Amino acid sequence: MNQDAVQAAAPPARTWHRPDAWRTGVVLTALVLALPVLVVFAHLFLPSTDVWQHLRETVLRDYVVNSLLLMLGVGAGVLLIGIPTAWLVSLCEFPGRRIFQWALLLPLAMPAYIIAYTYTGMLDFPGPVQTQLREWFGWGYGDYWFPEIRSLGGAMAMLSLVLYPYVYLLARAAFLEQSVCVLEVSRTLGNGPWAGFTRVALPLARPAIITGLSLALMETLADYGTVAYFGIPTFTTGIFRTWFGMADPAAAAQLSALLMSFVFVLIVLERWSRRRARFHHTSSRYTQLPRYQLRGWRRVAAVAVCALPVLLGFVLPALQLANWAAGTTETWMSAEFLRLVWNSLGLAAIAALLALALALFMAYGQRLRPSWSNAVAVRVAGMGYAVPGTVIAVGVMLPFAWLDNTVDAWMRESFGISTGLILSGTLVALIFAYCVRFLAVSLQTVEAALGKIKPSMDDAARSLGMPPNRVLRVVHMPIMRGSLLTALLLVFVDVLKELPATLILRPFNFNTLAVRTFELASDERLADAASAALAIVIAGIIPVILLSRTISRSRPGHDTAA
Amino acid sequence: MTPLLEVDNVDVAYGSTAVVHKVNLELRKGLIGCLLGPSGCGKTTLLRAIAGFEPVAAGEIRLNGDPVSRPGWTLPPERRQVGMVFQDFALFPHLNVAENIAFGIRHLPARDRDTRVRELLELVGLPSYGKHYPHALSGGQQQRIALARAMAPRPRLLLLDEPFSSMDVELREELAREVRRILKQEQITAILVTHDQMEAFAMADRIGVVNAGRILQWDTAYNLYHRPAERFVADFIGQGKLLPGTVLNDHQVETELGIITGLVPEGCGVGAPVDVLVRPDDIRPDDQSHISGEVLDKAFRGASFLYTLRLASGGKVLCFAPSHDNFAVGERIGLKLAFNHLVIFPR
Repeated sequence: MNQDAVQAAAPPARTWHRPDAWRTGVVLTALVLALPVLVVFAHLFLPSTDVWQHLRETVLRDYVVNSLLLMLGVGAGVLLIGIPTAWLVSLCEFPGRRIFQWALLLPLAMPAYIIAYTYTGMLDFPGPVQTQLREWFGWGYGDYWFPEIRSLGGAMAMLSLVLYPYVYLLARAAFLEQSVCVLEVSRTLGNGPWAGFTRVALPLARPAIITGLSLALMETLADYGTVAYFGIPTFTTGIFRTWFGMADPAAAAQLSALLMSFVFVLIVLERWSRRRARFHHTSSRYTQLPRYQLRGWRRVAAVAVCALPVLLGFVLPALQLANWAAGTTETWMSAEFLRLVWNSLGLAAIAALLALALALFMAYGQRLRPSWSNAVAVRVAGMGYAVPGTVIAVGVMLPFAWLDNTVDAWMRESFGISTGLILSGTLVALIFAYCVRFLAVSLQTVEAALGKIKPSMDDAARSLGMPPNRVLRVVHMPIMRGSLLTALLLVFVDVLKELPATLILRPFNFNTLAVRTFELASDERLADAASAALAIVIAGIIPVILLSRTISRSRPGHDTAA
Repeated sequence: MTPLLEVDNVDVAYGSTAVVHKVNLELRKGLIGCLLGPSGCGKTTLLRAIAGFEPVAAGEIRLNGDPVSRPGWTLPPERRQVGMVFQDFALFPHLNVAENIAFGIRHLPARDRDTRVRELLELVGLPSYGKHYPHALSGGQQQRIALARAMAPRPRLLLLDEPFSSMDVELREELAREVRRILKQEQITAILVTHDQMEAFAMADRIGVVNAGRILQWDTAYNLYHRPAERFVADFIGQGKLLPGTVLNDHQVETELGIITGLVPEGCGVGAPVDVLVRPDDIRPDDQSHISGEVLDKAFRGASFLYTLRLASGGKVLCFAPSHDNFAVGERIGLKLAFNHLVIFPR
């Protein structure tokens, strides 16, 4: 493991080595990737500005209260939808179960800001629902009460509809992993389906459910599109307002740091529950679970419970989008739209490739030089998934702007040339932000795949005369081909959907599908936004398919035909 | 002539714990060596140090007289021309058999490469398997392919790490002899690591018994059995019991079984208390003898019985007897000595 160490007594001169990229390189990369979060956190310790004072006296309380309320509402929502559906499809038998098993994941493909404006279009005063009601009952404006979708409650509903799959996924996996023995013992002791659920299955699955819940809440805190569109003052909208409206980066960073401390609590919660989940595997004997056969009204209720989230969270909004898009053919046939698609795909492809390369470098570095520092580096680099895009954008913008200004000042002083902005406001900054945010996705996939390759493979290749960097290319990468493709696709789609960081960091006049969707929707041109939104949703289905294939294979002895 | 492999006073450590201590060994070209020991004794670590996967903490490893490992410097494995066959075979799952074998000779022109691959497939007795993928092969077939792959680049030294441990027990010895035939035919110098002495005996010219990170004795199988240098070797190799005795003079030791004649090593003075190694083939049943033992246990071995006997003092010895001498447990039988040399350890 120490081949490249000190060369004190090295006899043949040709064995000189370059500084070890696998050791120092991995740590350096992690440091660079951690820079945005570090910059944001550093602002906790900087003296506060006038703007910060102003924020504290006026809106900060609203930000905190609204963010907390939103978390509370979304938390309740995702649990109420996620747990019953997971239990029904994994432990009960009813018509359509196999379809619901994967269909319940579909709302994952629907970004929250898209579903939010779609529902607004449907439920607003001029929308089809209210128009129809007025027609039927002959009401006029102000004659009736109708729930306001653009409200905190509306945001809770929207976010719950698209985020419940996190709870569903993890709860379902936990229910399936519970050994048959435990559930059968519970049945022999006289517990019916309901008692079996509340007294055995649910307590055993609790750590997994908490993990899913904390992931959903992280997404809730990270959301910008929905709350901005609904005009709800939360942390993310506050950061935008402070950054763009008050032009105070330092105060925006301080807000970001405060938001990060909320996120940090969730990270700890998630880590803790994941660790606990390991102790809840009671037995390793897996066979086909005998499912409760539902009859009569129970059967109807089960179908309804599973169908509703799919309909509301995916089918209905997707149909509405398709309907709008069909009415605006000139939009998506235009050169402008093609340009948007090209920008989005190109950006997503570059970011996905770069994230994959970084993930391969870090995961392989950790394999070649398993050291304490490399292990920490890999963990740090994978933290970005929890950091809201808004926070990352602020953390990228500050150091890049500082660097640009410093270089520019120095160049002007020494050579009389102004270099202007080299990094900030360019695609470099944007792609860097994507890597920070989504590296975890590719890193997890690559690490898992690499871990399955036995170390003797590396040794065999090296004893046959191949140096380590070529072993990665010739042995590991071909073996991991499937997982590498998965990692690429997952990051690709995540980048395609990403909104807040893109809004802040994109170069002037550079638009993507997500940005354009949001802009058009904010201008109330809902129908015009539909084609771009639909493109994002369709791309979003890819990871859902990948995910449902993985989970159907994940359990030994489980029917893969789903 | 310099030996092909010299391991000179080598220590290997994980962190601060040394797992190999002051090991010395030499292997001449064309010989097959073996590191034999219980699991966790450090034999695999030593093998990995020779391959270049583990750095040495002290001492030096030389190949053909050239240093390849010193403290703080290790020639990487890919530059040593040392082949290795792994316990799990480590065949590349994405390559077929021919591509696996060609992996180490990828720099050769295609024609030479194909010739060599065909030659090796022939040698290991699987000539028509070039297009098969590893997962479609049986364990024994995978093992031969792993051997062929390691031999393809004509390594200076071939290392085999527990190559038969995943095989059925009945197959191991046969495979070991088969591998020996192949290695000898190709005149390959090799080192085998195993915990199974039958494998070691079937394959190796020289065997090192390893315990707690040290090589206790580096010798032929015959000498390890008949002239063990240490108690551990006597105990680990073959079967046998130690029986207390007293030195009478420089060629006689008195024990409960009578006076045993043989060379008494220097350092054991007259009257010194010693332990004598008694192998099951050192004593035979003899009705006429005045020495006797009680049958405690018997194991049928086909051509012979292995009896465990209790002597008058309570000491135990083992005894091989032809299988027509069928004694019952509890029976008392006469014994005669058939030592042709003496192995004693001072007490």
